[in-house]
Amino acid sequence: MPTINVIEHNGIAHQLSADVGQSVMQAVTFAGISSMSADCGGACACATCHAYLDEAWMDRFPPVQETEDAMLDIVPERRPNSRLSCQLVLTEGMDGLTLHLPAAQF
Amino acid sequence: MSIKSVVIVGAGHGGVQVAISLRQEGFTGRIVLLNDEEGLPYQRPPLSKAYLLGKIGESAMLFRPATFYAEQRVELIHDHAHAIDRTNRRVLLTSGGVLDYDHLVLATGAHNRPLNIPGAELAGVYGVKTKADADALSPLVKAAKHVVVIGAGFIGLEFAAVAAAGGAAVEVLELGDRPMARAVSPQMSDLFRSAHESWGVHFNFRCGVVALEGEAGQVTSVTITDGRRLVADLVVYGIGVIPNVQLALEAGLDVDNGIRVNSVLLTSDPAISALGDVAAFPCVQNGERYTRLESVQNAVDQGKSIAARLMGKAALYVALPWFWTDQGALKLQIAGLSIGADNYVVLGDAGAQQMSVLCFRGEELIAVESCNRPGDHIYARKILARPPALTPLVAAAQGFDLKTWEAENRR
Ligand SMILES: Cc1cc2nc3c(=O)[nH]c(=O)nc-3n(C[C@H](O)[C@H](O)[C@H](O)COP(=O)(O)OP(=O)(O)OC[C@H]3O[C@@H](n4cnc5c(N)ncnc54)[C@H](O)[C@@H]3O)c2cc1C
Ligand code: FES
Repeated sequence: MPTINVIEHNGIAHQLSADVGQSVMQAVTFAGISSMSADCGGACACATCHAYLDEAWMDRFPPVQETEDAMLDIVPERRPNSRLSCQLVLTEGMDGLTLHLPAAQF
Repeated sequence: MSIKSVVIVGAGHGGVQVAISLRQEGFTGRIVLLNDEEGLPYQRPPLSKAYLLGKIGESAMLFRPATFYAEQRVELIHDHAHAIDRTNRRVLLTSGGVLDYDHLVLATGAHNRPLNIPGAELAGVYGVKTKADADALSPLVKAAKHVVVIGAGFIGLEFAAVAAAGGAAVEVLELGDRPMARAVSPQMSDLFRSAHESWGVHFNFRCGVVALEGEAGQVTSVTITDGRRLVADLVVYGIGVIPNVQLALEAGLDVDNGIRVNSVLLTSDPAISALGDVAAFPCVQNGERYTRLESVQNAVDQGKSIAARLMGKAALYVALPWFWTDQGALKLQIAGLSIGADNYVVLGDAGAQQMSVLCFRGEELIAVESCNRPGDHIYARKILARPPALTPLVAAAQGFDLKTWEAENRR
């Protein structure tokens, strides 16, 4: 059970325990953090699960795929470390993963 | 009167969203969420796609874990509402229980239009609506050799793609003359038709079902309107849905192809809202005509809108409809409503299965369908969210693309 750190745009920090095999989006929404709405439930169809990954963790996940890249193009304030968190699956050894949530989703 | 208790009937996309959004908006009163299905509330789209393929498990379909409802003080009750007593503002439950409400939300969804033909009761004949359906189907679709799909709509085609990928011979029967005819442009239908054929799916257009035949209670063949008999060990139908309006009808609410709601999603009783698949609302993208949409976006955005109104932030419901479907390697995303489109501009390359169709009614852009062009979809949503000024002439120009146009015309 990796423990991950989520910091909302207003600075409120959450530490949550997630499951291996779960997506980061699920870990966040399951914990009741409602600033991520994740409307499509992880189908990579809505762009409302945007998160900023801490630099140190960027290469621990597969790179951005074409669909994700195109969807990210339109989120408010895309940065180099922007990801759609429904596309990030947690694996062993991801304890301490840290991400920041944007002020607004799509 | 301030609202102290909200009862939500139905724990699908719409009902769950109302509960989540109410707490998010700061509602501190009582929330009861009635769930008449097994287990925790779950999302339907994977039932005919990722879940059926075994790509995702049960827990990945849940909206939220059990702890969430407890922490958010959402009383999730397993029961079925069988009547509404509007005078006393009470919901009567099948178990005999009674729930008082200050405000009631009807999110009862829809059920599959049944196959009314001889043999419909045979084993091996399924609709795809619930997790129970998908659980029953998933081992069968892996073992099936001859699959007949009735109806070439979204769900039928999603299922056909899964069955073909599993190695079955798949016959699709469709009364119309092209796939997804009610929902997409002829150009997009063509792309999907070719793709499915390349996966081994065989279409039978202008064909209906006459009867299903079986042996020892198990379906073995399908007789179709042109007289042929198709071998079948598994039959799946997706021939539309019927809104679950009985509760509203018996309570005397206005009902006409869905529960009628106004532009803030209130029914003819101001203490009752309705949303999602069951609600017919005056849709601005459809000339304010009463419209019933069956999509996740519609249920989710209407849920957010109702919660905001109950918290004193009423606003007309005008959200842009959008939709997606995944079939094999194809992701189709639709922004807007293409009802009444009479002019199309195609971007991209159908052969490469990357194509967008811009749908115009006269000079007005009303919808954009994108297959494996997610960027187009997302820009189309931006463009369509405000009065669009993109004309067919501009769109048809050499080198036109939505992203550049959106940036240049952003206001
Ligand atoms: C297989 C499948 C695939 C889909 N794929 C997509 C897709 O890819 N993209 C997309 O946008 N949309 C898709 N949809 C459509 C989408 O799932 C629906 O539009 C959405 O679920 C509607 O939400 P709802 O809350 O209105 O109804 P539902 O989610 O159907 O929920 C209604 C709930 O109310 C319950 N209920 C009914 N009456 C009562 C009662 N009297 N008392 C208590 N409970 C009651 C029902 O049992 C049900 O659980 C799909 C649907 C299906 C079935
Ligand atoms: S949840 Fe919709 S794109 Fe991630």
